[in-house]
Amino acid sequence: MSTPCRQITYAELRPHLRDGMSILFGGFMAVGTPEGIVGAILDSGVKDLTLIGNDTGTGGNGVGRLVEAGRVKKVIASHIGLHPETGRRMIAGEMEVELVPQGTLIERIRCGGAGLGGVLTPTGVGTVVEEGKDKLTYDGVTYLVERPLRADLAILKAHKADAKGNLVYLRASRNFNPQAAMAADYVVAEVDEIVPAGDLDPELIVTPGVLVDGIILAQEA
Amino acid sequence: MDAKTLIARRAALELQDGDVVNLGIGLPTLIPNFLPPGITITLQSENGFLGLAPLAGEPLPGLVNAGGKPCGMAPGTAFFDSATSFAIIRGGHVDATVLGGLQVDQHGNLANWMVPGKMVPGMGGAMDLVTGARKVIIAMEHATKDGGAKILKRCTLPLTAAGRVTCIVTELAFFRFLDGVLTLTETAPGATLERIRAVTEADYAVAADCHPFPVTD
Repeated sequence: MSTPCRQITYAELRPHLRDGMSILFGGFMAVGTPEGIVGAILDSGVKDLTLIGNDTGTGGNGVGRLVEAGRVKKVIASHIGLHPETGRRMIAGEMEVELVPQGTLIERIRCGGAGLGGVLTPTGVGTVVEEGKDKLTYDGVTYLVERPLRADLAILKAHKADAKGNLVYLRASRNFNPQAAMAADYVVAEVDEIVPAGDLDPELIVTPGVLVDGIILAQEA
Repeated sequence: MDAKTLIARRAALELQDGDVVNLGIGLPTLIPNFLPPGITITLQSENGFLGLAPLAGEPLPGLVNAGGKPCGMAPGTAFFDSATSFAIIRGGHVDATVLGGLQVDQHGNLANWMVPGKMVPGMGGAMDLVTGARKVIIAMEHATKDGGAKILKRCTLPLTAAGRVTCIVTELAFFRFLDGVLTLTETAPGATLERIRAVTEADYAVAADCHPFPVTD
């Protein structure tokens, strides 16, 4: 039986953090990244983290703050171009960066949460992305076999949660969050508002609460 | 007219009424300003929505374009997650993408995401866009800042995708792949065939009806 979702504090996240862990994060250029949770991870002092998500932000925001603080061993992302510190650490050999096409990255995360062994995609065929990967050809089209990604922890930013942990998002901040919610052992969402069960229209819920372990009410900035 | 404006104006003519279009950052974002009368397109933003529009008024929380900058949204906008966004892109539901290029070659290959040892920003959504969009329009300056060719016999930089380019628009010329052959079909105002030849390394055909850009001031 899965553990019911419960509301926690940033301090209560601490037992779920440890050195060397992998963290899936929502967000695109830090829009849709839970800044308060990133702050709690920074405060905890954990290090040697592997971060999995679209990008490392634009400097001073999102998970880029963990990179800047030297807490990150490896980043798996599609884009680091707007965060020069990630590029600097990669070139200096201080941090490993695995670059993955954005559509492939989100599908690998989706596979990780959906019980699938991988996905076949034409993206990357004939490029450096295909190096070391199996290729399959069906009906004359060649595909790369891309393997699932999962993490120890997923950190989400949603707009509202109900008491069951059902989540709705705000505009383009949805991005990687719904897939990240499915692909980690512990899933925590930072939200702007928590409402009673039944107050969110069931037709409009994006992430079912059964996928979410903890909810944190965002602190006013 | 400066080079970027000329390129954007010509590229805009490749879009058809009702097209779903994804525009790369930089020069391609100028294109909506030059759509001919009667042509309405829907812009896809790969961070998860259809209905991208210029910022109008105060920025709204959670609403940014694929460059992470505040933007607007058109009536009828739809938001979705990144898996849906890239299903739309890879699945052939985007009619056209317009992107810049570092190099394009006569085989339809595009390189626009990294320069080894110098610039490694990551491919972001570019590989999926070039693989999945129905038309891949490359809008770029014809030569490098040093005057070197960018339209080559074969790309030397790491590819974004192989054999997917539909056409190339520069401030000098318009090339289209016709039956797999890179073909010069139009010349820009003031550009001669000799000038284009001199700054183009690729082998290409010249269309029998090669004509000036259908663009005026």
